[in-house]
Amino acid sequence: MSIKIPQLLNRPDVLLRGNFACAGCGLSIAYRTTISALENPIVVIPACCASVIQSLHPNVTYNVPTLNIAFAAHASAASGISRGKKRRGEKVTTVVWTGDGGTYDIGVSTWSGAAERNEDILHCCYDNGFYSNTGAQRSGATPRGAVTTTTPTGKTEKRKSITRIMMAHDIPYIATASVGYPRDLYTKVKKAAQIEGYRFILIDAPCPTGWNSDPAITRELGRLAVQTGYFPLFEVENGKLTFSRRSERVRDPERRKPLEEYLSKQGRFKQMTSEAIKALSKDLQREWDLLARFE
Amino acid sequence: MTNENEMKDPVLPLGRPTIGSAGNTGTWRSSKPVFIEEKCIKCYECWLNCPEGTIRVDADEEYPYVDYVYCKGCGICVHVCPKEALEMKPE
Repeated sequence: MSIKIPQLLNRPDVLLRGNFACAGCGLSIAYRTTISALENPIVVIPACCASVIQSLHPNVTYNVPTLNIAFAAHASAASGISRGKKRRGEKVTTVVWTGDGGTYDIGVSTWSGAAERNEDILHCCYDNGFYSNTGAQRSGATPRGAVTTTTPTGKTEKRKSITRIMMAHDIPYIATASVGYPRDLYTKVKKAAQIEGYRFILIDAPCPTGWNSDPAITRELGRLAVQTGYFPLFEVENGKLTFSRRSERVRDPERRKPLEEYLSKQGRFKQMTSEAIKALSKDLQREWDLLARFE
Repeated sequence: MTNENEMKDPVLPLGRPTIGSAGNTGTWRSSKPVFIEEKCIKCYECWLNCPEGTIRVDADEEYPYVDYVYCKGCGICVHVCPKEALEMKPE
């Protein structure tokens, strides 16, 4: 299923212009694409960049019902909303919209519980690989070698694989998407909206401010991440994994663009030596191999 | 927006959707995207990829335009345009 632009043109304006997001923000593209694909969304936002860009009381930039909640309470709050609305017979889509800090590190206990109970929640994680709203501290999602304010010489550990942790919860739908391909993201969200239960979508959202990259190449960075094999796109339905078309194309490492092309466009990887790049690409290949086992 | 009833109610910290909740963000930019309509093929890639939603399309088959009051000048639209129908001009 491919989405045509005229279908998209009359989508609702969910993120109003004139907000606090940085120029070239990947999160804004992800939010706009995701939430506009849903019918009657109620969005739960813990502390993350998304709670910062909505601006100050009494003005809100989000044009959908939004609940701001503490970091480690997002999926619990969403569980309550989802069950309450169900009991009242109202048809809504409860969305948890978190950054990678709220999904990889701080929010694990809350979403793990909700996933185990298989609550009717769509959990979207926009992943920029660090705690962006507090000033670029390292998170579980930061890749090896990336410079953040708490890892000034580059992170020495590998990036956590949240999708495999999610898979261990046996939830009905898991997908990864990228702001480089908004139509692909839109299609996956539409698909997830049809499914009942705990659904998870991981969105690669480049952050020009924290990644120290040119704001104009946000989409290109999203695309390069897929084309170099850094961020594989796939869907997991009831435990069965299928790579999306664009990632299936680069499954063979020889067909991928060189990883250096992606890394050189970001200031956070400037100090990386060739050995460090080799270690990073080894991490990535290991992740690909592990994912392929679920096919 | 800030009508009196809302400000008087201290119990619920409710906000209302507002365009320009962070002020006129157009003042942030140092250069602005300018449309060259002759080159535009109405593919709306710029509209799809604009993070801010400042590229507006009123109806299908119409030319997009930029809302300069709020455009932050990131330059994504210029970068994604397949026909170079947009260019960055210094303010």
